[in-house]
Amino acid sequence: MGMNMQTKLRDFHQARWDEPIIFELSTPGERGMLLPPVEEEVAQKGAQGLAKIPASLRRSTPPALPEMGQMRVLKHYLRLSQENLGADLNVDVGQGTCTMKYSPKVNEVLAANPALSELHPGQDESTLQGLLEMLFKTEHALKEISGMDRFSLQAGGGSHAIYAIVSIIRAWVDATGQSDTKDEIITTIFSHPSNAAAPVIKGFKVITIYPDAEGRPDFEALKAAVNERTAALLITNPEDIGIYNPRIKEFTDLIHSVGGICSYDQANLNGIMGITRAKEAGFDLCFFNLHKTFSAPHGCGGPGGGVIGVTSELAKFLPVPLVEFDPSKERYYLNYDLPESIGKVKDFYGVVPVILKAYAWIMSLGQEGLTEAARVAVLNNNYMFRKIMKIPGAGAPYAEGEHRVEQVRYSWQKLKEETGIGSAEVQNRMFDYGVHYWMSHEPFIVPEPFTVEPTESYSKQELDEFLAIMEQIVKEAHEDPEMLRHAPHKSTIHHVDHDYLDDPKKWAMTWRAYKKKYTGYFEPRK
Amino acid sequence: MKLGVMVNPVAGMGGAVGLKGTDGAEVLAEARRRGAVPRSPERTVRALQKLLPLRESLTVFTCPGAMGEAELRECGFSPIVLDCGFPGESEAGSSREQTLRGVQRMREMGVDLLLFAGGDGTARDICEVAGESLLVLGIPSGVKIHSPVYATSPESAGELAANYLSGARIPEKTAEVRDIDEEGFRQGRVQTRLYGYLRIPFERRRVQGLKSGSPASDKVAQEAIGAAVAEGMEPGVCYVLGPGTTTRAVAEALGLRKTLLGVDLVRHGELLGVDLGAQELEALVQNSPVRLVLTPIGGQGYILGRGNQQIRPSLVRRCGSKGIMVLCAPEKLRALEGEPLRVDTGDLELDRELEGYIRVRTGYSQETIYPLRAL
Repeated sequence: MGMNMQTKLRDFHQARWDEPIIFELSTPGERGMLLPPVEEEVAQKGAQGLAKIPASLRRSTPPALPEMGQMRVLKHYLRLSQENLGADLNVDVGQGTCTMKYSPKVNEVLAANPALSELHPGQDESTLQGLLEMLFKTEHALKEISGMDRFSLQAGGGSHAIYAIVSIIRAWVDATGQSDTKDEIITTIFSHPSNAAAPVIKGFKVITIYPDAEGRPDFEALKAAVNERTAALLITNPEDIGIYNPRIKEFTDLIHSVGGICSYDQANLNGIMGITRAKEAGFDLCFFNLHKTFSAPHGCGGPGGGVIGVTSELAKFLPVPLVEFDPSKERYYLNYDLPESIGKVKDFYGVVPVILKAYAWIMSLGQEGLTEAARVAVLNNNYMFRKIMKIPGAGAPYAEGEHRVEQVRYSWQKLKEETGIGSAEVQNRMFDYGVHYWMSHEPFIVPEPFTVEPTESYSKQELDEFLAIMEQIVKEAHEDPEMLRHAPHKSTIHHVDHDYLDDPKKWAMTWRAYKKKYTGYFEPRK
Repeated sequence: MKLGVMVNPVAGMGGAVGLKGTDGAEVLAEARRRGAVPRSPERTVRALQKLLPLRESLTVFTCPGAMGEAELRECGFSPIVLDCGFPGESEAGSSREQTLRGVQRMREMGVDLLLFAGGDGTARDICEVAGESLLVLGIPSGVKIHSPVYATSPESAGELAANYLSGARIPEKTAEVRDIDEEGFRQGRVQTRLYGYLRIPFERRRVQGLKSGSPASDKVAQEAIGAAVAEGMEPGVCYVLGPGTTTRAVAEALGLRKTLLGVDLVRHGELLGVDLGAQELEALVQNSPVRLVLTPIGGQGYILGRGNQQIRPSLVRRCGSKGIMVLCAPEKLRALEGEPLRVDTGDLELDRELEGYIRVRTGYSQETIYPLRAL
């Protein structure tokens, strides 16, 4: 359906299929393709090969895969795709902090090119020169963007990168003989929660700082937290609420004054890319999510890239291998010779197709283009900010009268007080207009929150469409709040009971877990 | 399944006529004089309608007249009406004593869930008799709803009760019963006080307080905090455990049984005294180093001076700010909505000395630096 240019609202209804999950569609013996029996000789050779695998490593029963014809599989996945509201389908600016931007399709073609997709990571490096060159040049670009001296491209996502960074901090503390004296890591409540989670796994105590009245990390609280036991600071800037902390250098200086080091969570660099750098802000480590700022697509825990940068002092602790260039032989090679390395955090060299997409994006924009992307992202955010603040019932806690950077954490608290309709109801109603925003605002400090991040990718027309939907819902909240309480009305499913996600007794991440918890038994295939 | 239904038919009457509560006979009379009409019967009926599909499978117990019987019959239920020692012919038959008696009878009947309509005052009365022995759920009907034992709406209460009674696996949670001093509230002062705890079935979107953590996360956080404090206890030091479920977790980690609302004393992993008064407490810690183990009151953040006045300023001075250990699950800290922790020991000079930033233990290896202010 086209958009109504008068109201900017669409006549939308999402597909709704009563589609079982694929395991429930299975019919024993059904196949997508029937292969002719193999010749006796081939069968024997195959059996000989299998016999070489130790019995303890061989399956005793076949994998419990669903069995069905190809037509049914195709229908299944097409139907599921119609029940999605993905980035390619809707104005995806409501997933603030995630940086849902345009992921050029041409880069998908590059990543799917057999020249890359048919490489095997176990090949000899002499046959991987093109790939290694790409990894080497990506690292070079990232060093320029951050000011750091070395990068590892190995981690597969943001939390993974944080874990690797904390592992490096642990290695540094131990290598410098401070294991008994430095055991505390400081972070802020509006930094990503993984910054507070990972240090515990590496044996640190985590000290969290709340924001001051303006929403910035409370410097006085930081002063109260810092002492000789402080090993490191893990911090984001701008934090998830979109407010920039101009005193960040004072924060890093304070940590350095007690002999600690500082790590910059730049999973989302989108508002400051090409404008400020981790190095000048006094950081010793940082990381970027390639699947956010650097345009590689992401979502649903799919392939990502969390690349970590460090100063030269910390480079010896990076995961192995690093990609190096030998000018005398004019060859790229993999360097495993880092005796103090934290080891590997992922197999091989990282998620190569994701790195390739990021490399292609960086090279297609160049230095000026990257900075321009950040400027447009901020401009788009300023536009949305001004417009949303004029919607009755909307607000933006903290730093009144100030601009944000690339995203804003808003609040429907006033709307809730006036109409009883809060962020959860607005969120549910948005599906009826073919868009969404999310509410996973860990921690839940801003009341009735929503976070909008327009990035540089969306046109003014698309931003206006999103705004018109919010204005319409606020109107409905005043006129027919009961209808909103029962929304969505045009979506694939109605309300999801989140309690199933909260309770270990109820959650089931796999079919096997579901069968065990809900039917009491999982029967392996014979 | 056995369902108990109790209605405080006068709950909420004060609100509509600007009285900020309906506790006490005089206020109720004034509310009537101002033209207030009962609110909770209608809200109870809205909740009960959600239970109609289960009508055949439930055994329903209730109190006479407007305290439940009338609402149930209006919806088509055939309840067993308990003898609560009063006829219940009118809403007048709903004094506090009758509520207490009604809850007692529900306990005797062994109800699986007690659904009650009222406000904070009603929750207090139920808590006084039932404590954590009964699973209960409130239909919000009162003027004051500070206690997160109430569903978000009458319909939510009915739906949640129906889910629970039809055998769905609903987690349970221990929730605070809080009330404000109505007299103070009418004069513009808001001070809530912790009266105890009730056990409720919990579904995030159906129970008051969107910021609540899941029962699993709350409990895990408390257990982790309790374990860390217990492991770090030094020999010879007296630990004064203030009221609350978080401090109770410390005692549980030591295998001890703490009073929920009292101030208890632990040394060498043993209870030296429970539910101590100020003088007893001071006498017991006289010759030992001492630490205070405290948790803030939910929603207002007092760590001293509310519900633990047994800890007198002189004892606080002895401990000093370094001797005060504050424990708080992360969700509870967030629910303060940025407001500082507070002290009101009765000694303003001491309160001022304690002001500043304090370390709050929020997990096994987690702390938060949080501001602490005098009243």
